[in-house]
Amino acid sequence: MKVLVPVKRVPDTAGEKKIDPNDNTVDRESVESVLCPVNEFAIEEAVRLKESHDAEVTVLLVGPESAQPIVRKALSYGLDAGLQVTDDAIAGSDALGTARVIAKALEEQEFDLVLFGNQSTDARTCLVPAAVAELLGLPSLTYARHLEIDGGSVTVHREHEEGWDVVTSQLPAVVSVVEAINEPRYPSFKGIMAAKSKPLDVRSLADLGVEPEQVGANGATATMYEFKDRPPKEAGTIVEDDGTGAAAAQLADWMTEKKFV
Amino acid sequence: MGLSFGLEPEQEQFRQVVARFADEVIAPAAADFNAEARFPVDIVRRMGEMGLFGIPFSSAYGGMDGDYLTLCLAIEEIGRVDQSLGITLEAGVGLGAAPIDEFGTEEQKQRWLPELVRGERLGGFGLTESGGGSDVFGSTRTRAVRDGDDWVIDGDKQFITNAGTELTSVVTITAFTGDGEMTAIIVPVDTPGFSVGRPYRKVGWHASDTRELTFDQVRVPVANTLGERGAGFRQFLKTLDDGRIAISALAVGLIQGCIDECVRYGRERESFGRPIGQHQAIAFKIADLEVAAQTARQMYRYACWRKMTGLTYKREAAIAKLYASEQAVTAAREATQVFGGMGFTTETRVGRFYQDAKILEIGEGTSEVQRTLISRDLGL
Repeated sequence: MKVLVPVKRVPDTAGEKKIDPNDNTVDRESVESVLCPVNEFAIEEAVRLKESHDAEVTVLLVGPESAQPIVRKALSYGLDAGLQVTDDAIAGSDALGTARVIAKALEEQEFDLVLFGNQSTDARTCLVPAAVAELLGLPSLTYARHLEIDGGSVTVHREHEEGWDVVTSQLPAVVSVVEAINEPRYPSFKGIMAAKSKPLDVRSLADLGVEPEQVGANGATATMYEFKDRPPKEAGTIVEDDGTGAAAAQLADWMTEKKFV
Repeated sequence: MGLSFGLEPEQEQFRQVVARFADEVIAPAAADFNAEARFPVDIVRRMGEMGLFGIPFSSAYGGMDGDYLTLCLAIEEIGRVDQSLGITLEAGVGLGAAPIDEFGTEEQKQRWLPELVRGERLGGFGLTESGGGSDVFGSTRTRAVRDGDDWVIDGDKQFITNAGTELTSVVTITAFTGDGEMTAIIVPVDTPGFSVGRPYRKVGWHASDTRELTFDQVRVPVANTLGERGAGFRQFLKTLDDGRIAISALAVGLIQGCIDECVRYGRERESFGRPIGQHQAIAFKIADLEVAAQTARQMYRYACWRKMTGLTYKREAAIAKLYASEQAVTAAREATQVFGGMGFTTETRVGRFYQDAKILEIGEGTSEVQRTLISRDLGL
């Protein structure tokens, strides 16, 4: 089977992120860029499909040329090939614009399964996987915490607040995974060395037949006009137990007031 | 040009992967497995899966085709969070697999190396005896006597790393096979007459496996001779030269771990109304640790570079080992001082490093042996 794993370059999740006031996008200079940690769960699932179903896995990244080390990093887990879509016109795309580029890139590929992380750790919209499925007219199975392939179908456990639903679909399909699905392994030194020589195809918007005005800042359906620094953390309320049990009542009142219970 | 301090992008990427593994998998478990003096076999297996035990070996034997510097980077990163696992890796590669890779016949390599370089099994190297370790020629009592196509070995070995784990498959030992003739022989651990003693009650390296070995009429085929008969002395000198560079990396990991912990604690912990790192008495200690780490790191990498470019490196390896290990002892003492009472518990990394540091001045050649090597090399 053939699997595609779209990945994203994001600012280090643990780092202090800044917005560049000149173009209202993330200031890439201010923080190290990394492979989105949620992607590692999709990659691990793909590696497992390599082991169990002899899957051939291609990693797809939409981003500038400087993001190429992120493609190599994804390949170091043992994936087979890379595909990068690079074009200046993509800069500033919102979730829908990004989904248009990914969908067009996928149209050129043969695949049985597309494996996304359910969200990126920078934007956290969770929109792209479903948008790609919609644009391609394919079944969309999101928030998968478990995945099984059986012949021509895929079954996932779709996570929600009250548990999970068991959802089955014919292939090809688009799946997004949540972090509960597996425990990603660490790349081996052999994988890192092998990633250097894996095939990597680089495409432009023109190659894919995407109109530049449909993507990038111009094609975005949302615009950021203004931003403010996060307000400093305020001191919380401290409830002290005086031994009478009054503290418990105070906590219960506070939780009711905040609608936690 | 001709002077480059940079790592290859792949080396840097791998260093980061090992650092992350160390922080995420080893660090949270280290206080417990050290307190229990337990060899953490599950973590060692995962290190094997990442290819750590195969870094400098050929892919023909399941290795990673990497270089010696990459191995040292991994040892430094593991050693930064736990010295027991750092020495487990150093000894597994440098003492277990490397002598077979370097001096073994093709048959020996095919038979023993693949499972060692995949980290599925571990090998030991038996040199030191109850009579001593530095004066190998004068203190070795173990003898191997030829009997038909076999060697029959009698004797003992002391302080042998990785010799008694559930993963251990072989121990390469040195024995006299004639007058002044020292030979290295590969002994599978399931050979009758071979036995390992209880783990030592050590001051540090609590989770590393260290054993006494006893050989009572141990019979192995002459085909288990490592390389040529009589080459044992030369072989172990070469093995120890390499090991000194790797021990330097382990010591640098310890110093770096002290720095990381002291910087964190120096920002968090307050006394007299401010973080202790803002007291000059503490800040200067930590600055000195940084000087030691950077200096020792450059020295081991220089020795590595000389080895990898085919230059002599005996003196540089001795300098790197001597300097890094003595600085590690100082770093552990000062970092423990920064932590105060907490530093005197083995719940803290610096407290464990205080226990672990001393052996770095003893194993793979004592500080006195290093000074002897350096001064002799200067023509004294």
